[in-house]
Amino acid sequence: MGWNMKKKTKDQFITIGIVAALYVAVELLIKTGHMSSLMQGLLVPMCTYSLVAIGLNLCVGYLGELSIGHAGFMCVGAFAGAFCTKVLQGTIENGILLFVLALLAGILTAALFGFLIGVPVLRLRGDYLAIVTLAFGEIIKNIINVLYIAKDQNGWHFAISDAKSMSLAEDSVWLINGAKGIAKVPRLSSFTAGVILIIVALLAVYHLVNSRSGRAIMAIRDNRIAAESVGINITKYKLMAFTISAAIAGAGGVLYAHNLSTVTANPTNFGYNMSIMILVFVVLGGIGSFRGSIIAAAVLTLLPEMLRGLSDYRMLIYSVVLILMMLFNWAPKCIVWRQKLAARFQKKTTKEAV
Amino acid sequence: MNFLTYLINGISLGSVYAIIALGYTMVYGIAKMLNFAHGDVIMIGCYAVFLAMSRSGLSPLPSVALAVIACTLLGITIEKIAYKPLRRATPLAVLITAIGVSYFLQNMALLLFGADTKSFGSVVNVPALKLAGGALTISGTTIVTVAACVVIMVGLSLFVKRTKAGQAMLAVSEDKDAAQLMGVNVNATISLTFAIGSGLAAVAGVLFCSAYPTLTPYTGSMPGIKAFTAAVFGGIGSIPGALVGGILLGVIEILGRAYISSQLSDAIVFAVLILVLLVKPTGLLGKQIHEKV
Repeated sequence: MGWNMKKKTKDQFITIGIVAALYVAVELLIKTGHMSSLMQGLLVPMCTYSLVAIGLNLCVGYLGELSIGHAGFMCVGAFAGAFCTKVLQGTIENGILLFVLALLAGILTAALFGFLIGVPVLRLRGDYLAIVTLAFGEIIKNIINVLYIAKDQNGWHFAISDAKSMSLAEDSVWLINGAKGIAKVPRLSSFTAGVILIIVALLAVYHLVNSRSGRAIMAIRDNRIAAESVGINITKYKLMAFTISAAIAGAGGVLYAHNLSTVTANPTNFGYNMSIMILVFVVLGGIGSFRGSIIAAAVLTLLPEMLRGLSDYRMLIYSVVLILMMLFNWAPKCIVWRQKLAARFQKKTTKEAV
Repeated sequence: MNFLTYLINGISLGSVYAIIALGYTMVYGIAKMLNFAHGDVIMIGCYAVFLAMSRSGLSPLPSVALAVIACTLLGITIEKIAYKPLRRATPLAVLITAIGVSYFLQNMALLLFGADTKSFGSVVNVPALKLAGGALTISGTTIVTVAACVVIMVGLSLFVKRTKAGQAMLAVSEDKDAAQLMGVNVNATISLTFAIGSGLAAVAGVLFCSAYPTLTPYTGSMPGIKAFTAAVFGGIGSIPGALVGGILLGVIEILGRAYISSQLSDAIVFAVLILVLLVKPTGLLGKQIHEKV
């Protein structure tokens, strides 16, 4: 047991070490002028994707349920965070404090949505759960697109789908303008903030999966009925994992929103495609491996920019990779073949050792 | 009269959903998997008809026949390459593979046909029906769509009940291993199911694009997801359920769009899905299956 714990702690430190080393390397490249501004622009999105991938990996790898609505949680986080910033912008001058408050708002709102959605959804299993998370992602996007909130001398104005009914005064300020989203969000995100968030998220998820609760969550994943029969509260632990997963995605959303000047909920940034892209990172990095998720997110975000010629084929390659990874990892024939290969390899090494 | 028009439009859209839902429900019933790529097979079918009509100048009927053949082949190929090797793998792996296939088809279409919207001329050449002195008009597309839906439903029900292959499908959906022991060729039956579902998807796609004449590589995904909702609504695995669920969902969508909000119509449809799954997860006509240890 003691050795086992040590191994887990080591694993955790290696992952955080890799993130820190990457950070130092990137900062050095920027300082010495070896990184193009195009690449620098990708650093915050890379952190965003890593964060959401960590969140999704908790859901897919440890809870064992596929969510294809994590872009929805990201969207909630982005809008809640940006909204908070817009409201507090006049009163609080300090950018860091503003960003921290936005983060709190985004994380809490995403967690709340994760909880509210989790209550009904987690009663379902497998394919149904996946399609319902997808449906929720679409609903969230739909609702944000018809939401209008503005402020003027008479106070707050609020409307759904009908902006004309709001009868605003001339000095009105739009906070959320329907499909036009939130405009003029201050640029508070930075690569440093992203890396700090990733490290905090890593500490949180490693702590969770190595704790009693984490073992309960994995027990539910491996055999729900057996877990229930030894007295594990299924609903509680499932909800816990799902809510934390949503909260991390929300943090990613806040980071994402404060990197853009205008946040809108359109299919390209918070749609189905984003959810799939994050899923590709999780699958490619290894389901259940947070380190893998971060590395996959980083490599797959930066690589296409380095190989610009391939950009047209990027999504196609992603899909092929997704299919091949699944076939290679899960097809019974492939598993047998891999075992045979491993056995042959082992025999060779033992012979050499003798 | 307005309400009646909406209702008829709803039934027309619902008939398309019902035909697509058949593909989902049959595959789910037999292979126990959600074929995420089904919606994208619809899109491929639409492009096939579009190309056959605009490039090769074929008349509508042969073009549709061509699309049905193309989609059938596509369905069988997808099943052989991506799903068959994972027959006994965990559901999560199969689902992710299906998402991968869906994504692959979309991006393949994007590369082959471009991202621009193609305007799809209606393939239906039936005059509109005027009722009540011209106050109520039923378009030719609507008539053909509803008629096609009814014919397909009846045909498929008869096929499942009366033919040997249909009985084999029922047996495989009931218990794969037992069916195998009884001498049913399980692999061939699953392939046949994919073939029928994909062929129907082509028909549904053509009807959908005749009513909503814009074609992009993403055309199929939304109707696909909604049709899955319809299949769940009616009870997954049930052919009459697909019809009931499809039509109800179509009517709900059109009425919601007309009376509540046009921007929220998708949200309304998905809210229906969630409600159904919470209140009656087996759907309106589905069977209750208890989980055994």
